[in-house]
Amino acid sequence: MADTVIHEPSAEATHLRHHFASVEQQMDASTLGMWTFLVTEVLFFGGMFAAYSVYRAMYPEAFASTSEWMDIKLGATNTAVLICSSLTMVLAVRAAQLNQRRDLIVNLLLTMFFGSVFLGIKAIEYHSKWVEHLVPGFNFQYEPAQYAHNAQILFFLYFCMTGMHALHMIVGLGLLTYLLIQSIRRVYTSYYFAPVEMIGLYWHFVDVVWIFLFPLLYLIGHRK
Amino acid sequence: MATIAHGEPEAATQTVNYLNVEHGWKSWLLTTDHKRIAILYLISITLMFFVGGAFAAAFRINLLEPQGVFSAETYNRLFTMHGIVMVFFFLVPSIPATLGNFFLPIMIGAKDLAFPRINLLSWYVYIIGAAFALFAILRGGVDTGWTFYAPYSSTYSNSYVLAAAFGVFWAGFSSILTGLNFVVTVHKMRAPGMTWSRLPLFVWANYATGLIQILGTPVLAITLLLLAFEHIANVGIFDPNIGGDPILFQHLFWFYSHPAVYIMILPGMGVISEIVACFSRKRVFGYNFIAFSSMAIAVLSFVVWGHHMFITGESMYTSLAFSILSFMVAVPSAIKVFNWTATMYKGSISFDTPMLYTFGFIGLFTIGGLTGLFLASLATDVATHGTYFIVAHFHYVMVGGMVMAFLGGIHFWWPKMTGRLYSEPWSKFAALIIFVGFNLTFFPQFILGYMGMPRRYHAYPPEFQMLNVMSTAGSSVLGIGYLIPMIYLLWSLKHGAAAGNNPWGATGLEWKIQSPPTTFNFDETPVVTEEAYNYHELEENGG
Repeated sequence: MADTVIHEPSAEATHLRHHFASVEQQMDASTLGMWTFLVTEVLFFGGMFAAYSVYRAMYPEAFASTSEWMDIKLGATNTAVLICSSLTMVLAVRAAQLNQRRDLIVNLLLTMFFGSVFLGIKAIEYHSKWVEHLVPGFNFQYEPAQYAHNAQILFFLYFCMTGMHALHMIVGLGLLTYLLIQSIRRVYTSYYFAPVEMIGLYWHFVDVVWIFLFPLLYLIGHRK
Repeated sequence: MATIAHGEPEAATQTVNYLNVEHGWKSWLLTTDHKRIAILYLISITLMFFVGGAFAAAFRINLLEPQGVFSAETYNRLFTMHGIVMVFFFLVPSIPATLGNFFLPIMIGAKDLAFPRINLLSWYVYIIGAAFALFAILRGGVDTGWTFYAPYSSTYSNSYVLAAAFGVFWAGFSSILTGLNFVVTVHKMRAPGMTWSRLPLFVWANYATGLIQILGTPVLAITLLLLAFEHIANVGIFDPNIGGDPILFQHLFWFYSHPAVYIMILPGMGVISEIVACFSRKRVFGYNFIAFSSMAIAVLSFVVWGHHMFITGESMYTSLAFSILSFMVAVPSAIKVFNWTATMYKGSISFDTPMLYTFGFIGLFTIGGLTGLFLASLATDVATHGTYFIVAHFHYVMVGGMVMAFLGGIHFWWPKMTGRLYSEPWSKFAALIIFVGFNLTFFPQFILGYMGMPRRYHAYPPEFQMLNVMSTAGSSVLGIGYLIPMIYLLWSLKHGAAAGNNPWGATGLEWKIQSPPTTFNFDETPVVTEEAYNYHELEENGG
């Protein structure tokens, strides 16, 4: 490494940890680690998607009847909100790479804003499910009655899947808060932006999960 | 690597190493050194091993009498807790988290794993899981069997299912983090010259294990979560009374738990590949085949789970497909056994303790593997699935295979880990006792199963008593066999002779550094210029 670039940044500026030989190796390892983690997340959600597919095939009429109760407008709005948050997230990563601290902070704030809007809308939806007696196990009443038994399974899966997704969003907001504090403290530079990029990958993943949840839970069988 | 002094073994133990570089409990509980974390894991899993062993001792005592000594409820809890503790808290982390954690970075010439803090986190997550499991045990245990089959576990059982399931859930995340760390480390942290075709086979085995841990364990996590939600909200996902499907639970559970069987054997196969080459003084026969058979096992392990469900409501055509696939997974396993045997052929074999365990492994794993083929055949499986035959089969693989390999590996690398030699006569004696005790315990169970004795019952017809008494007698011999190494290994820490850097004359980067290693393993990054297992050259040069 001695005869490389003249403007080699110091180990402090690049946050190079002792057990890595170079910044590139450290960045490669982080990236591969994050992608590997996302693979485990795919399989984690995969268990629920498998259960959803099985019961959709077992009780098609009951599941179709439940789509009447899904608020497609709120769902679609949330989809749009999340796509916007992905855009601002990727702009934040770009700002970090280009050393534009102000843009980084603004885009992180925007991402957190969109994330919070999503969770707010989700809370409204959950509340209306409670009012309509559609929370399985606690206050479940369903018309038409012949589907009540099986429709409850769908609502159970609905709450499991969107609940797990919302939990991931909340974790993501926590991570974004950390990024925001660190950016205000001028930690990230064009030499060191790995955390912004890694948390960005996580954020996009959580968005993609929603992109699958929305059609499966809201759109299929919708007749309104 | 020429700077390392040979000889003067007494002086070597005085040098600064990872054990004496820092002192105090904080330096251990906050360490990010992969070697210290491996020691933390080693202590934790050894404790859990003896907890699980105590349960086994208790239910073997119960089976001395045909009508049983304990009540049926107590017996159910005993075998369940034995299974949960041994599978999730001993076998799954056994070799990867201890020997793998310690030696995988050293073997590829790295200073540490890619994510040292995640490595420490994985130990804490394991401890949280173990705490949940021990809580469940202390409150009276679980009676569902280690498989947590729904709807019994979700609706009917009055035992501490939730606490135990949460314990397993957490232990699963510890396993995911270890696997993730290994995969990234092998991809990104190899020293210059350490190409994929020069990787020691132990590294290949742990890499394949890491892939299974990453891809399988999350499914177990979500399955247990759904089980917990069903339990709490009383909504049918798995309980057929309220609209669920119990077969779905079994599919999801075995989608993880069959690959998990290979998490519990692949690292052992890696250990055996190292030992067999060293004590035959020969390069491993068919290196590429052993390396790729590990990968083949990892891939095939994900498509054979249905063979656990031949008798629980799977369509005949599904069963046929799973049967054929299960036969296929035997091929890479057999390749390994043939190659180890061919490695020994015309080698100059020495009978040191690690090699004794290797002989034990090869013989017992072959029996366990071949009886697995009986169970992969549909008609035979229907007759033997619910019997002791299957108990004997998987104990031949898990205990006769993995525990033998674990002990072999501990004996092989103990001098490197501690800088001390253990008592050779005692260790050979213990290896013999374990081999005899193991066979006396589990071989009668093959016969019992063949004669039709069902598993998981606290009582049995009187004609089975003689074989059951034999099995219990064997288990007490086996128990003593496991205690002896505890004693002489701990004794060696203080009184053992200094080991020197390479007591076995082995190849591999871990034998080229000081024993015990320094915190960063290597003074400067090594450059690898030769294949693994270069024993033929070593012998020619009189090394």
